Parts: sequence; structure tokens; C-alpha cells
Amino acid sequence: MDYIGASSLYTFFIKTAIANHDLAFIPMFCDVCNAKEATVFLTQMIEGKVQKLNLCESCSKLQGVHDPMGFALADLLLGLGAAQEIEKTSVSCPVCGFSQSDFKKRGRLGCSDCYETFKEGLSVMLRNMHRGMVHTGKVPAKIAAAYKRASQLERLKKLLVIAIQKEEYEEAGGYRDLIQKIESGEEVHEESNDTHPKIIQELLPLEDFSEVTTEGLTKKPLDLPPPGGEENFLL
Amino acid sequence: MKLSDFFTNPREPLVHHDPYSQIVVSSRVRLARNLDKKPFPGWAKKPERITLMEEIKSAVESQPQMVSAFSERMENLTLLDKQVLVERHFISCEHAQKTVGSAIVMNSNQTLSVMINEEDHLRMQAILPGFQLREAFSIIAHMDIGLEEYLPFAFHPKLGYLTACPSNVGTGMRVSAMLHLPGLVLLEHMNKIINSVNKMGLVVRGLHGEGTDAIGNLFQISNQTTLGEKEEDIIERLHVVIQQIFQHETNARMMLLKQQSETLKDQIGRAYGILSHAYSITTKESLNLLSLMKLGIDLNLFPKEVSLHIDALFMEAQPAHLQKRAQLLKMTSKERDTLRATLIRDKLKQIPEPVLLENGSV
Repeated sequence: MDYIGASSLYTFFIKTAIANHDLAFIPMFCDVCNAKEATVFLTQMIEGKVQKLNLCESCSKLQGVHDPMGFALADLLLGLGAAQEIEKTSVSCPVCGFSQSDFKKRGRLGCSDCYETFKEGLSVMLRNMHRGMVHTGKVPAKIAAAYKRASQLERLKKLLVIAIQKEEYEEAGGYRDLIQKIESGEEVHEESNDTHPKIIQELLPLEDFSEVTTEGLTKKPLDLPPPGGEENFLL
Repeated sequence: MKLSDFFTNPREPLVHHDPYSQIVVSSRVRLARNLDKKPFPGWAKKPERITLMEEIKSAVESQPQMVSAFSERMENLTLLDKQVLVERHFISCEHAQKTVGSAIVMNSNQTLSVMINEEDHLRMQAILPGFQLREAFSIIAHMDIGLEEYLPFAFHPKLGYLTACPSNVGTGMRVSAMLHLPGLVLLEHMNKIINSVNKMGLVVRGLHGEGTDAIGNLFQISNQTTLGEKEEDIIERLHVVIQQIFQHETNARMMLLKQQSETLKDQIGRAYGILSHAYSITTKESLNLLSLMKLGIDLNLFPKEVSLHIDALFMEAQPAHLQKRAQLLKMTSKERDTLRATLIRDKLKQIPEPVLLENGSV
């Protein structure tokens, strides 16, 4: 085995702890007891390959890892081949099993859920790649309807609370019925809100999902001069 | 519909000849879509990729736009057929490499194509001749709305449509136009144009997209970013930039006519001469010379009707199209060069010599 000098390993050790923290999208558990959160991160080069081990405070002391000069290797702690096993269990997508190193190799993600799994790392990348960080364009109709329902529901629940506080019980009853209707999957149109104009005008935060619009496709066509029209442009 | 029907029928020619369409050869809008919680094609195991492909394929075929469409699994297409589809910009070079687990569906009037399991589960595009970005967008948007009824697209409230490559996330939309810019090339202004276009967040590429040469003075201009802007805004930005490039190209042509009229006439005359008398010619040389012929038509050195022949040759002179015409699965490039020269010579017989006036003006 090809060890790096002990002192340089120590710096590597701290740097890795910081780097791992950046990339740890889900809390990392101790590789020995698998119960407590890992706070000590070990990295070692063996035959040119990086091996990693994550330990909790108590296990690290138990294994003598608190002393950077004398800590043992992943393989010595957990048996031969353990290091490879750890590499496998590092952050990967729960839906498709894609890992960070797969992304480095391919430059493409594994499935739509990878965007959630690798969210932090990706956000830096997206910031450099695009004009903005939030989608403002088209939304699939079904999803737009679900957003609308959710925002309607949220709004009505707020109104219900306010009505109860104001002891407007009749109004509150109306909201409760509407909420029940929406929750049972019934579509409640804007018109039905009109039967409670007071609330809407006084209290409504009108758009809860201001980032998401359904405008994308329904917007009227671009207001640009039609191509053509200029005659004899060339000669 | 059979694939052979596609090869015998050229794409419908442009109906209205507006000035923009002399310079904007074609307009294209592509949308990338994926199914929620399913592994992307590059990561899915073969059986899963096949299942997904079949599911998507039947959803696409069920769309009203795809009545009497051509629909085929990629393993059933020959290399040559795939290459013809690449030359027609119906599929990408990447998709042409695909076999089992990928498919292609195209409508009968050759304006709409859907690649299934390319880099994303769906890559659908509308392609129209001339400057018709908004029309192309409207075609593809309808397709998208129709398909989302059947297919649960991966969509994130903040990131929009999710794609295999983070560079396409958001709208998943790539808008591009193919521009014919011989004036700017002859005046050596292209680098300046490319630089300023890049500053607008747009990219300029060659004939067949990423990493290809700009032969035949053809340039593809498209948006680089897909997140943070509405579809309409991206199209508008491209629209405005293309109008500006159009103006620059027009100015360049006028400048050439005024200051280098002799050179211009010489170049176009030589192009006509070589094309009508060559017995062996490469793709690159023929496209570059055809580009000058096209310029000649725009400058009224040839009758307007000629443009149909020249536009067709731009397609037919390309390797796979030639080979398809010869109905040979294998041909050496030398054999193709000979065949290409023959084809072009025959077509040029129908085109009169350029009318070159002596007094400086054309």
C-alpha cells in the first residue's frame, strides 16, 4: 500500500471534512455503528485510489482516530474491501441509484429525481449555466391545476382562521365547506369565490405561487413586426 | 407512411417568398421532455428503455398531428437511412447512433419529428422553411400540450422541465435558425458577428450543429440558456437578433456590390462554371459553390425559379442523399464525388448563364 506522509494526510483530512460537508445533501451516518451522524471524515490514497470513511465522534475515539498520527485505515477497521463498499453507499439517488461519480463521468443525470438528490451541487452549476435560477415558462396543465388547487386551499384555510378569530361563524362555515369541496377533489371555480367578495378584496394574498405561472402558452403571440414588408431591400 | 416516400418527396417548398427567407433558410424549435421518476435513456437498463420507448411511441403516434406518420424503431433503420435523416435535420447525429430502445416518429409533411430515447426520453422538434420561428413554436407547443395528457412529464416547480443534461433544464427548449450568410463571410465579418451574438447569450454553429464546420456559408444560431426565461422571451430574443443579422448580411451584400462588384461577379461566374463542368466534386466544395449560386439568385443574376433547383441540390449533394439516390449501401467517397458532379451538371443545364453586366453594377 502506498501511504501518504502522516502530516500531509492530516491536512487532507480536514479539507475533506469541509468538502464533504458541502456535498452532504443527506446527513451521513457513521460507517461503524451506523447510528450516529458522522463528524470525522477520513480520506486515504491506496494504490492511487481514494478511499473514504465516515465516523461518529465516539467510534472515532474508540478506533484511535482522534490522533491524526495514529489512525487506522478503513480496511483495518472494517475488514478488507470495506472501502469500496463505502464508496458505493455514498450519496446516490434513491430512485435510480445514480451517484455523484456517475455524474462526473457522464455529465448527464440519472433520472428526474437526481435534481433533488444532488440539489446543492447542481445549483452552483445551474447558476453558471443559465440566465436565471427559476423556471418562468410553460407549466404542464395538470401541474398548473394542482398548483392552483393548493394555493386556493391555502388561501381558504387562512381565511377560515381569520373568520373564526373575527367570530364571523357564518362566513367560516362557508370557507369550511369550500375547503371540504376542494379536498374531496371537486373543482372550485373562481366564481364560487365571488360569493365571498369581502374576503377576497380585503385579505387575499392574490398569488401564492408567484414563481409559477401558466402563462407560457396562452400568452398572445409576440408583438413583433411580421417578417417581410420591406420591399426591394437588396437593390 | 414509408421512409422511401420521404426521400422521394422533398419537403414542401416555402410558399411565401419574403425577403427574410432568402437569408433564413429554416426555423426550428426543439423541446426536451422526460417521464417523471424514470431513468433517463442514458442511464436506463435496456429492458426498461425498451418499455419506455414503446409507451412513448404509442402516445406520440396517437396524436392527431401524427396521422399517417412515419414511425420506426431505430434498430430497423439502415445506417444509410439514418444518415439521410440526419442530413434532413430530422434526427441528431447522436440519435443516428442509437439502435434497440430508441425510435423516431415524423409527420407526413415533414415539419414535425419526435426522437424517442435520444439523450432525453423525448426530443420533439418542429422545422419549417424560412423565417418562421413563432410558427414552429406554435406547432411544437401544441404537440407538447397533446402529449402531456398521456405522459407524466418530469417537472419541478422551480426548475421547470427536467432534462438529462442540466444545460437544457427549464423550458427544455432550443430555438434555432439556419442562416445563409455569404456576404458576411466574403467581407470577413463573421467573427465579429459570432462574438456579438455570443454576448447576447446565443450560440452560432455549423451546418449540423455542435462541433461542425460552417460549410456552404450556412450558420445555425440558437439560444444557449433554457432556465430563467419564458419560451416567448427566448424566441423574441432570437427573432430580434436574426433581424439584425439579416440587416448586416443585406448591408454586406450591398457593400460587396458597390466596392467589389468585379470580385463578386467573378466568384459567382466561377461557381457556375465549375458546377456545370466538374466531373468530380466533394460535398464541401459543392455546397460552397452552391452557396454562391444562391447568392447570385438573390442578386437577380439568375431567374428566381432557379432557386428551387439550387435549394434542392443543397440537400441532394450531401453524401447519404446521393447514395440513397444511387440505391447503393456502399460507395467510396470518390464514387460519390463523381455521382455528385453528374447530378449537379444535369441540374445546371436547366439554369441559364448568369447575366453579368459590364458597367460595374450587377
